[in-house]
Amino acid sequence: MTDDVVIQARRLTKEYIRDEFHIVALKDVDLDVRRGEYLALMGPSGSGKSTLLHLIAAMDRPTSGAIRVLGADLAAMPDPEMARWRNRHIGFVFQTFNLIPVLTALENVELPLKLTHLKKGERMEHAVTALKLVGLGDRLHHYPRQLSGGQEQRVAIARAIVTDPDIILCDEPTGNLDARSANEVLELLRQLNRDYGKTIVMVTHDPHAARFASHIRYIDKGELLPEGRKPEDWS
Amino acid sequence: MILPLSYNLRNLAVRRTTTLMTALGIGLTVAVLAASFALVDGLRLALEASGHPLHVLVTRKGADSELVSNFERRVFNDLKFKPGIARNAKGEPLASLEVVTAINLASIEFPEGANVTVRGVTPIGVELRDDARLVEGRWFTPGRREATVGRLIAQRYPEARPGRKLRFGRGEWEVVGVYDSPQMARNSEILVDLNQVAADFGREEVLSSALLRATDEVAHQALINELEADPRLNVRARSEKEYYAQQTSSGDLIRYLGTVVAAIMAVGSCFAAMNTMYAAVARRSREIGTLRVLGYSRAAILASFLLESLLLAALGGVLGILLVLPVNGLTTGIGSFTTFTEIAFQLRITPQTMAASLVFALLMGGAGGLLPAWQAARKEILTALREG
Repeated sequence: MTDDVVIQARRLTKEYIRDEFHIVALKDVDLDVRRGEYLALMGPSGSGKSTLLHLIAAMDRPTSGAIRVLGADLAAMPDPEMARWRNRHIGFVFQTFNLIPVLTALENVELPLKLTHLKKGERMEHAVTALKLVGLGDRLHHYPRQLSGGQEQRVAIARAIVTDPDIILCDEPTGNLDARSANEVLELLRQLNRDYGKTIVMVTHDPHAARFASHIRYIDKGELLPEGRKPEDWS
Repeated sequence: MILPLSYNLRNLAVRRTTTLMTALGIGLTVAVLAASFALVDGLRLALEASGHPLHVLVTRKGADSELVSNFERRVFNDLKFKPGIARNAKGEPLASLEVVTAINLASIEFPEGANVTVRGVTPIGVELRDDARLVEGRWFTPGRREATVGRLIAQRYPEARPGRKLRFGRGEWEVVGVYDSPQMARNSEILVDLNQVAADFGREEVLSSALLRATDEVAHQALINELEADPRLNVRARSEKEYYAQQTSSGDLIRYLGTVVAAIMAVGSCFAAMNTMYAAVARRSREIGTLRVLGYSRAAILASFLLESLLLAALGGVLGILLVLPVNGLTTGIGSFTTFTEIAFQLRITPQTMAASLVFALLMGGAGGLLPAWQAARKEILTALREG
């Protein structure tokens, strides 16, 4: 793994047993993502793209194969260490925003920083900076219910970047947004990649969203297709 | 590594109806425990505060209480001049021959009647109760069928108020005054003339006890030792304070019953807290998954949900204390297993009781919250995110 490659998967396989059915979600996936790359993972529903994202985020463990992210062997990492690693290196953006409803925008963004050694004042400073960066400097004390969907997703992005992670992982970040809000979010992600050098992996099945990425890879039936190849039935 | 407290507090506030109902359940359990402690503490404080440090109470050997003691007048005449007994201004020994009997009076709480102590004393007996001050009327006149009653008796027994007449013995006794003593047990007695009441009950020669005042602490113990050691007297001598302190055992049954009832209720309250917390874990499954993704460990999730359960229980504990606080200072009575008469006292919610009640509530919260918190912590991230 060179210094340039931050995500490396080799023969990565994930299988489930669900209701007595054996499901192969990912099969022998090889993937390299370089530092500063903005990769869009596309594919039909159930193709395995979210599974790959979860394995990169250390939210799940592979059945077999190897996954190294920023040099760390995620398959061998114990649970508590994995939690700390995620906090330090990964920012995750969900399709459904996943903000804590009882906390304000500022408190939501501060959450990951509570796990660092920063003092309260420093945490607040960082959280305010992150919220200003996503254009929500005037919504610090608003609760999620007082924000639009687009604003909620921008708070979620602020929460994902507040610890200054190396990698930002997005799972259908525009899936619950109208076209205008989706564009704002995609512009923001592009800005984070272009201006701040963040490595981004985005799962989407929206071709418009994928166009904001520097690379697009397709997954079909658990297999990562070679670069430039789409699934046969993909429109 | 812990989640902000505001996260738990606001979640409790968001589901305020459930929170309040659960807290109230815990609060009622706490109130039962606190009320039983208030009874016991009130009785203990009343009895511990009773008795003069220099007084020696003498009864017949083998008698646990004055009521069952047959104390002969001739024995009193033998012991009243013992060395170490203090004397009054007139040079008379401060030794009081007394007779104790019980009468039945209708009280506010028990219209069917409760046993009340009537104590026959001489003027020396009144002098020995020099900490008692008249709050209404006057002391009874020796040789007359008059009674001066303790403050708690006047409060609790309508028949025993000044101007009213009590019927016991061979006729009526006019209530002529009310006294108040800092020694709470004294306030549960009716004082009358010794000879009048002894004659009414046919106990002119065989009375109940003698109360002696020693000159000082050294003489106090020496007097007890001498009286106990004298085989001719055949008496039991003990400190008056010790005599009252022994009666606190009357509260043991209440403490036991209160604790058992509260413990049974606590099982129900634990399940209520558990149910509430399981519902919270189910409702916030996606939040749990999200927090794990952000880097919060399983231990942090467990601590957070457990803390929330403890906060819920603490609210219940405070509610329980608030529920029971109005009884603080209320006067009630309990039948003493030693004297077979009622001792009136004030219920006391002490800081220790409040602390014990809060700890009890927290134990309920801890027991009820542990399994749901464990379940929350055990959830796999993807399962938690999917369940939300």
